[in-house]
Amino acid sequence: MNSRLMSIIRKEFIQIFRDTRTLIMILVIPIMQLFLLGYSATNDVRNIPLAVLDRSRSPESRALLDSYRAADYFRIAYTVDSEADIEALISAGDARAAVIIPPDYAQNLSAGNARVAFILDGSDPTSASTALSAAQLISQAHATELLTERFARTGSNLRVRPPVEVRTTVWYNPDLISAHFMIPGVIGMILYAIAAILTATSVVRERERGTIEQLIVTPIRPWELIVGKLMPYVILGFFNTIEVLAVGHWWFGMPIRGDLGLIIVLSIVFLTTGLGIGLFASTIANTQQEAMLTVWMTLLPSIFLSGFFFPLEAMPTFLRWLSYLMPLRYYLVIIRSLLLKGVSLDMIQTDVLAMSLFAVGIMTAAALRFRKRLD
Amino acid sequence: MTNYLVQATGLQKHFGNTRAVEGVSLNVKEGEIYGLVGSDGAGKTTTIRLLVGALLPDAGEVEICGYNILKQTEQARSTIGYLSQRFSMYEELTVLENIRFFAEVRGLSSTEWLPRSMEILEFVGLDKFKDRPAGQLSGGMRQKLGLASALVTRPRLLLLDEPTTGVDPVTRQDFWQLVIKLVAQPALNSSPATHNSQPEGVSVIISTPYMDEASRCHRVGFMKSGRIIAEDTPTNLRSRLNGRILELRGSPLDILRHIAHQNEYVEDVQAFGDRLHIRVQEGRAKDVLGRLKSDIESVGGHVDELRSAPPVLEDVFIALSDHEYASAPHPLKT
Repeated sequence: MNSRLMSIIRKEFIQIFRDTRTLIMILVIPIMQLFLLGYSATNDVRNIPLAVLDRSRSPESRALLDSYRAADYFRIAYTVDSEADIEALISAGDARAAVIIPPDYAQNLSAGNARVAFILDGSDPTSASTALSAAQLISQAHATELLTERFARTGSNLRVRPPVEVRTTVWYNPDLISAHFMIPGVIGMILYAIAAILTATSVVRERERGTIEQLIVTPIRPWELIVGKLMPYVILGFFNTIEVLAVGHWWFGMPIRGDLGLIIVLSIVFLTTGLGIGLFASTIANTQQEAMLTVWMTLLPSIFLSGFFFPLEAMPTFLRWLSYLMPLRYYLVIIRSLLLKGVSLDMIQTDVLAMSLFAVGIMTAAALRFRKRLD
Repeated sequence: MTNYLVQATGLQKHFGNTRAVEGVSLNVKEGEIYGLVGSDGAGKTTTIRLLVGALLPDAGEVEICGYNILKQTEQARSTIGYLSQRFSMYEELTVLENIRFFAEVRGLSSTEWLPRSMEILEFVGLDKFKDRPAGQLSGGMRQKLGLASALVTRPRLLLLDEPTTGVDPVTRQDFWQLVIKLVAQPALNSSPATHNSQPEGVSVIISTPYMDEASRCHRVGFMKSGRIIAEDTPTNLRSRLNGRILELRGSPLDILRHIAHQNEYVEDVQAFGDRLHIRVQEGRAKDVLGRLKSDIESVGGHVDELRSAPPVLEDVFIALSDHEYASAPHPLKT
């Protein structure tokens, strides 16, 4: 083993372990982000605060409200006496939806033409659309129930059935748990951010503190310096991957269906793109802050254009083309497929190839820009 | 045959419109302490950085121990010990860890580095502080650590960029004793394997703004605006002003200075504590000595002593710094 290389790696590790700030960043931040995003970055809408104006005050109206209560999409937060109250609650954001049951609900129901008003705060389209479909679902189910009851009461044996029944089966994530979709993304983001930021700041710090001048004058070859500085972060990134996978699996119940070895190898390939970006940023930036900022500038588009939060299918064509430039995009496809679907390598080979090309390309560009010199 | 450890020719380096180094050539012999002096911004640091290959020259060549610094970089650098102007050890690492790191990356094996590091730490007097983080060392100790890490691989050429700037006088003295000892005892520097053969001599290039330090060098190059405008032994440099420096003591100083300036043969007047050093034109010392005392007394000044004095290096550098000498390449050659 090259002893110069080993010395650089050992020195880098000593520095990392003596610098509390870096250590916290490496050990705590990934887990913190995983918990933050695992719980907050979710599209599962639950417990929408609902305001109710029941003008009917009949057993029938109470039955309708009970069916709302039974589903956990809504939480009846307010029972009010006027439409003005509803308006006030929704404008204040205290209630996100409201149900108005008219005074003649019970009579109309027996006549078969009851109407209920449902008011929705559409300012957040994601939760509004979920709330809307939930409300429709609840009302329809309630209506079907009422019909069945009525037929039963008239002694008819007829069972009510919709003419077409769609039977839905959801594969891979049957409960549609957002966390299972988010955690692979979090792994990708953490690997990228940690690798890029730590690499960039650790190289720039040598320049900021003047230690680079001493390094330059040693016989260390440029590639040895690059590999020696990056290696510790590859090793740490490896442990971060394991750490986040473990917490994702045992805490959030995210399945690991694919080959664990393959997951780790491909994660390290992806890590290399992060290291490359960090190294590249370090050749542009003069201070650690500048380096940090440069990395963030690449991190944000990479998060938004990779399908992390927003589906790529929903993007305008131009942005979708742009997303092909984001290495994170390929990694997300790979890691989600491996974790949730348990596919084999040949199913994702295009993405693996694209990601590997990016890793090699970015690293080469950064290494070519990297100069073991002061100017 | 003279053995040159450093041969640099026609070095040039521009930063934008700033001509930091403008055609510097210098040769340093084995066993020589070469001083680079000059005011801030004269180009000393850039010159040293070009010599070690930390900067790419716009023009010119550098050979260190026979290796071209740009083409045989690795071989050339394995002969160099370099102490930069800024503290450039790792603050998180202890004294010994720093030495070890720089020893290993410069090629010492795992069995060599420890005895060598301890020997060098003892040499600079840091052995008692070997486990202290470098970030917690005082200014003088930091410089000694830098020197130790530059010396640990027993380099043949030591480049020190203003090593004593901001260091207290006692430590400065210590530091110079170390440098002088190093050059005087090549045995310390040769590896045990080559003990039987001719010990290899060490050369030192040191930049400094202090004239007392310059006078300790074997040879001094005076830099101004990116050029070496004078280069000689301190004695020869001083002798260029022989007979042209007068020392004047008396009171009040402002009258003494004023009257001295009015004399047509006086080129410059500088205060040295309670005395004035007056530089006169070539061969005019007698004229000035004969007239100055009476001139001063005629306006109410008082002269304690007026005599011809041996020039010090400071006089030489002040003379060199004057505009009239800046353009000509060797203005003071007689």
